[in-house]
Amino acid sequence: MLELKNIAAGYGPVRVLHGLSLTVRPGEITCLLGRNGAGKTTAMKAIMGLLPLASGQVLLDGEDIGRLPAHEVPRRGIGYIPQGRRLFSDLTVAQNLEIGMRCRHSPPEVRDRVLEMFPRLADRMGQRAGTLSGGEQQMLATARALCVDPRVLLLDEPTEGLQPSMIALIRDTVLRLRDEGVAILLVEQRLDAVLATADRAVILENGAVRAEADAAELRAEPDLLRRHLGV
Amino acid sequence: MEFGPHLMLAVLEGAVTAAVLALMASGLSLVFGVMRVVNVAHGQFFMLGAVLAWAVSSALGGGAVGFVAALLLAPVIAGALAVAADLTVLKRVGYDPERTIVATIGLLYILQQAALMTYGPEARPVAPPFNDRLALPWIEFGPEGPGLIWPWGLSITSYKLFVMGAAAAVLAGLWALMTRTGIGLVMRATQLDRETAQAFGIPVERVYAGVFGLGAALAALAGVLIVPIQQAHYLMGGDALLLSFIVVIIGGLGSLGGTVIAALLIGLSDGIVSVFFSPTLAKILATLLVALVLVFRPEGLMGKAAR
Ligand SMILES: Nc1ncnc2c1ncn2[C@@H]1O[C@H](COP(=O)(O)OP(=O)(O)OP(=O)(O)O)[C@@H](O)[C@H]1O
Ligand SMILES: [Mg+2]
Repeated sequence: MLELKNIAAGYGPVRVLHGLSLTVRPGEITCLLGRNGAGKTTAMKAIMGLLPLASGQVLLDGEDIGRLPAHEVPRRGIGYIPQGRRLFSDLTVAQNLEIGMRCRHSPPEVRDRVLEMFPRLADRMGQRAGTLSGGEQQMLATARALCVDPRVLLLDEPTEGLQPSMIALIRDTVLRLRDEGVAILLVEQRLDAVLATADRAVILENGAVRAEADAAELRAEPDLLRRHLGV
Repeated sequence: MEFGPHLMLAVLEGAVTAAVLALMASGLSLVFGVMRVVNVAHGQFFMLGAVLAWAVSSALGGGAVGFVAALLLAPVIAGALAVAADLTVLKRVGYDPERTIVATIGLLYILQQAALMTYGPEARPVAPPFNDRLALPWIEFGPEGPGLIWPWGLSITSYKLFVMGAAAAVLAGLWALMTRTGIGLVMRATQLDRETAQAFGIPVERVYAGVFGLGAALAALAGVLIVPIQQAHYLMGGDALLLSFIVVIIGGLGSLGGTVIAALLIGLSDGIVSVFFSPTLAKILATLLVALVLVFRPEGLMGKAAR
């Protein structure tokens, strides 16, 4: 279980998160919503240890990982799919996956399983990541994070700019991981997708939680998200 | 000597320069490529290599044993010093490009003055471990068809051949390290996207320290190789840095292949122009070439345009 307790963080003197608290449970999809600039990506970077915390705690199964050196955080079992994919564009597909595999010294079966989820990548192992199509790049970003063999998975707008069949593939992958007990934090802008997949939705505004709802509340009041997001 | 053999002699002299320059510049280029910082003290690690070569080989009574010991020890000592400088200074300024330039200027003076205070202002030679003169043949087309002749003066020393071979072997090793090993993969991932590399468990600060040390070790190795040809002197780092910059700019910052090609270009043209015209003209031409590259191809011959 991943818990953020009252975290404050930002970029240099600019404070973006103001006392953000949030819980991501194993076997659940927690959706993080909020307008552009609300601090969703910043929250993910803070979890990954990429931004110094001004205050607060990040607990992973009770251990405070909030002040570890950044490279120690993923080694605890957190996979990250950054916004905009951030592939190592000059490296090949195989090398990008290798970076994920090395993180926690995953056994080869992990890669086999990931490639079985994304067979298109298996045919393109020698291709440079930067030359993949947008959809293939998103598959690779997802596959790279899964090669870490994570117990917590952070996905920052994984369906941005993708066609429906690709969105469905990413969604099926996320659902499958949830059913395997992975704790999932998903930043998603499309409300229909949130309603269809989320076990819990958290709405962020100005770097703090404005509203929260679980799946039952979302189903009972489908307009809840729209109202809080003001869209 | 006739023109042909004379030209070959110039090319061979140039190739020795090119070999040493390629080693030196590849260190500078590696540091810039991975860390995006300019190490102004790079030439001082070259000087340190040369001075340590003298110190180690004279401590061991000269001869081949002393030289081989210097060849192994000097890069290790220079590399360790660079790692220490990285961890105590560069890491603290956050590898900020401007502050790193200022910090390495400080390092430059510290190393240079330390050499002056301990080693002194004299230029000192180190005897090469072997130095046989090997005569080289030339093909002449006589009335009875082509035949081999041995023009007087067309020769090279075995040590100079060794320098070329050693540089080629080390550069091939460096290339293999970057493209064929896990360490190289981690270095390239860090170079491409530092933040994402961290998000996948790569300890980028350790990578930086290692790269900075490796860059200094390459410069020091070049320094050891050059002392039997050119004496060790505490001020020798300045010219070396300038030439490395020229090579790295022409080759494309951060491109190993481009660095080697540019080192050959500069080394060979330096050899040829120096032999047939004057060393000063060779330097003028090299500087002119840099200016042309900067104007018409700022990313260098092999570099990639900024994305
Ligand atoms: N590197 C940075 N330096 C300074 N400010 C930044 C930096 N990155 C983001 N910010 C600021 O932090 C705030 C939150 O940005 P963040 O990227 O977390 O938003 P977001 O919720 O992910 O938005 P989006 O939906 O557009 O992705 C914004 O005001 C942004 O301008
Ligand atoms: Mg974002």
